[in-house]
Amino acid sequence: MTAYRLSAGGLVDRATSLNFTFDGQSMKGLAGDTLASALLANDQMLVGRSFKYHRPRGIVTAGASEPNALMTIGSGARTDPNTKATVAELYAGLEARSQNSWPSLKYDVGALNGLLSPFLSAGFYYKTFMWPAAFWEKVYEPIIRKAAGLGRAVLERDPEAYEKCWAHCDLLVVGSGPAGLMAALTAGRAGLRVILVDEGFRHGGSLLSETTPIDGEPAAAFVDKALSELATLPNVTLMARTTVFGWYDDNVFGALERVQKHLAVPSSKLPAERVWRIAAKRALLATGAEERPLVFGGNDRPGVMMAGALSTYANRYGVAAGKLVALFTNGSAGYRTAADLAAHGIDIAAIIDSRADSTEVAPFGTRVIRGGSIVDTKGRSRLSGITVERSGFEERIDCDAMGMSGGFSPVIHLACQRGAKPVWSETLKAFVAPDVGAGLRLAGSAAGLYALAACLKDGADKARTIASDLGLLTSAAHLPAVGEETTASFTALWYVPGARSKAFVDFQNDVHAKDLGLALREGFGHVEHAKRYTTNGMATDQGKLSNVNAVGILAGMQGVSPAELGTTTFRPFYTPVPFGALAGTSRDEHAAPKRVSPLHGWAARNKAVFIESGLWYRSSWFPRAGEKTWRESVDREVLNVRENVGLCDVSTLGKIEVFGPDAAEFLNRLYCNPFLKLPVGKARYGLMLREDGMVYDDGTTSRLSDEHFLVTTTTALAGGVMSHMEYCAQVLWPELKVRFCSVSDQWAQMAIAGPKSRLVVQALVEDDVSNAAFPFLAAKAVTLKGGLKGRLFRISFSGELAYELAVPAGYGEAVADKVMDVGRMHGICAYGLEALNVLRIEKGHVTHAELDGRVTPDDAGFGRMLSSQKADFIGKRLSTRFGLTAADRMQMVGLKPVEKDKDIRAGAHLLREGAKPSTLNDQGYVSSACYSPVLGQFIALGFLKSGRERYGEKVVVWDRLRGEETLAEICNPVFVDPANTKLNS
Amino acid sequence: MASLIPCPHCGVRPKEEFAIRGDASLVRPDPESSDETWNDYVHIRANPRGRYREHWQHVAGCRRWLVVERDTFTHEVFSVTDGSVRAWEIGR
Repeated sequence: MTAYRLSAGGLVDRATSLNFTFDGQSMKGLAGDTLASALLANDQMLVGRSFKYHRPRGIVTAGASEPNALMTIGSGARTDPNTKATVAELYAGLEARSQNSWPSLKYDVGALNGLLSPFLSAGFYYKTFMWPAAFWEKVYEPIIRKAAGLGRAVLERDPEAYEKCWAHCDLLVVGSGPAGLMAALTAGRAGLRVILVDEGFRHGGSLLSETTPIDGEPAAAFVDKALSELATLPNVTLMARTTVFGWYDDNVFGALERVQKHLAVPSSKLPAERVWRIAAKRALLATGAEERPLVFGGNDRPGVMMAGALSTYANRYGVAAGKLVALFTNGSAGYRTAADLAAHGIDIAAIIDSRADSTEVAPFGTRVIRGGSIVDTKGRSRLSGITVERSGFEERIDCDAMGMSGGFSPVIHLACQRGAKPVWSETLKAFVAPDVGAGLRLAGSAAGLYALAACLKDGADKARTIASDLGLLTSAAHLPAVGEETTASFTALWYVPGARSKAFVDFQNDVHAKDLGLALREGFGHVEHAKRYTTNGMATDQGKLSNVNAVGILAGMQGVSPAELGTTTFRPFYTPVPFGALAGTSRDEHAAPKRVSPLHGWAARNKAVFIESGLWYRSSWFPRAGEKTWRESVDREVLNVRENVGLCDVSTLGKIEVFGPDAAEFLNRLYCNPFLKLPVGKARYGLMLREDGMVYDDGTTSRLSDEHFLVTTTTALAGGVMSHMEYCAQVLWPELKVRFCSVSDQWAQMAIAGPKSRLVVQALVEDDVSNAAFPFLAAKAVTLKGGLKGRLFRISFSGELAYELAVPAGYGEAVADKVMDVGRMHGICAYGLEALNVLRIEKGHVTHAELDGRVTPDDAGFGRMLSSQKADFIGKRLSTRFGLTAADRMQMVGLKPVEKDKDIRAGAHLLREGAKPSTLNDQGYVSSACYSPVLGQFIALGFLKSGRERYGEKVVVWDRLRGEETLAEICNPVFVDPANTKLNS
Repeated sequence: MASLIPCPHCGVRPKEEFAIRGDASLVRPDPESSDETWNDYVHIRANPRGRYREHWQHVAGCRRWLVVERDTFTHEVFSVTDGSVRAWEIGR
């Protein structure tokens, strides 16, 4: 036992003990602990195995940059992999498991990879797994994936709720350390709407582990006072457990709030996590600075930690990582940690200072080795000693933990997410944020200030500047008095020479210094290339600890300054964001809402089988007792419509009402066929083109009065056509006096089709619907028996005598039930989308299966609809271009298998008999196909080169997908009633 | 792309409410114009870096077509006007 809970001190609640488990072992922590501090208090130094070599790894940091202590937390469906123990708040009953080890953390089989390490160098995967290509997917990848075990996502449905919110403020302060807290106080007192965000579960940042007194009191007391003042200000919002992960255009920030991740029993009334989008007039990053590791031999042994983390664990959590601690530093920070630990009674083995001429003063009695370096570490799964080298002499020093301090890098991630590159500062030996304008500024350590007093002052000053930017005058802030501080300084040290064992740069991805050398030798010296080649900085921590050291090493090897080398690109997210939180409430029916027709209940009562079509649930067919396959039902429905009468729900078609003195002119320009002279009370089939001359959409348009039309669109393009019409009316022809609105959801519409449909319709409506009074293409408002007003259209998709009856949506089901009642004596049946499709293929009517965006009106057989009289309409000019009028274009034809029992399916291509299947020999394709119960065989619609001249010829229907070739005869696409006698009867 | 679009009718709204069509500087040619003019109008698009005027529709708002003038590189939005205003300006 070497790591332990100190007898006093820290901001943990020593009266509240929390039980938790790690790899099934029961442990105790305190309220206020992170999982990491509690593990250390239980002397659990070994927490995971590394990614590539499966080396034993321990906790390194006390924050969001942690590369090693990734845990799987929770159980069952509530399991979160890859959670950093250093930020996970401890709660009673927490279950944590280590990752990437098998069969157990202590005895890991994958550690054999360490013995193979000469073969596992950088670029190893690229070089080794190149050949044979087929092996990649089947052999290499599964093995690599199995071995490269980060945490695993569970397969159960996520039981948590998530949500997304917007917030607005004058000033967003990111981080509540000394600079952030002073900025929030200053801006809050000045009256700005302030949001103060901190990723920790307690506001205060570095002040929570600060030992320098503020205003003569412990720093934590200063934090408490500041927070209670902020809580009284109505214009200030405090958000803890919230990570600002991205900076987006217009100063909108993305933030993840972990609302209930710290609770053993979350409330069902609150989300687990929230994604905030914060629109901030100004933002201040007070994100602090990250201490850099030192790259020396054996620096990944459990027990080697960041010096600052040792201080934090001791000062804030009352935990000592060891009984005898060594420190390796290139600056003043190592001395500070030594003083912190000594103050808690922890023995210091030695301070090894890489600088020969440093003047910092160590705690009384502490041995300082100036100009020394560590070349190796000892111990198996935890540190037992270090090998120190100075002036050619080596010495073994015993210790059970050590801290390393390689200087500081300001945390500038957010400031560089929108394209601006970090700038190298020779003075600070670090990359600092570029000037990104007034919207976002940095303060405190994030701006390269490392002294407490300077950070407090900078936060206040920057907040005052922002307040005056926004037009608020503030008086000079009262700055708290700070106790004596040492000046922070360090000398850059990217790599400690003489390493006896691997010196790791990136702990999480197992990249060591030699890998970077190899990358350079093999031509991957550019910082972005080196990253991909070695995987340095590509792990879940995105190189928070490793990137600057990697840049320093690469620059050093090339004899250039880090300024010249630059850094890799910063992108959102700062830390990983769960998919659930990003989805928010958009899941299941909230992601893809279920659209149901006003006749859905009627269809369900008639036992419809529904099919998803876009967001719609449409009735597909209506099986009856004894029918074993869908085809049996569909065949029956089709024959019944052809012989008696059927009712089909066509409510999903788009419906747009168009009004105004220029309504007719507007439609005339919108459609390729004329609309000016459409008589009132008549419907007309119309084709809308795209400006490139291809068909966009089709449907019937009815004139209900001189200045009132009803346009219908296909189901799929209801929204698209509406937008298109709005564009034409608002942008192309704003001079036209026309207004329109979508009424798709306001009307239930049913097709009543079949030779007996007139009998059914006449039984329902007051108006005369005889052929004389209500001929084909009549369209009128009618009164239903009982007084309900509706609209009746004599239009037919099936080719039968047919009507479409529209009633206000709320009456839809009642009217449909009535239609069925009235129709029973005439043998009515409900028919669905499948039967509708068969009926229209038999009649040679097109849908978007034919009008797929590559088809001109003439291709589909509508060449005569193209008005030559009209001066202009959308698509007119390019309809006449070369290529759209060529004689060998593919034209719509019908197809029938020569052998009656063969079938044809859509998607097949057409070839001349004996021709080899090739793009060059392609003659066309099948767009729709079905079994026609009327003809007793399969039929199809397709497009064939010069097809209309080739009726009677035979082609091969080549279905590569199913490996079938079928000989078919080309015919007129209208298979049923080509003379339209049924339609007009 | 900008995160927030100041719609002249609805105020500042998130970009998710809008749909983008493309170049707003194009003027629909006269039907008698040459093949080349029409080809340019229908098919040829510049992809400029810098200032660009685009047609955006406020689909989940007022449903007006707007002209958004923005910088394709910095994503700064300079102005948002109603599309019909622009149409009247160019004399159509």
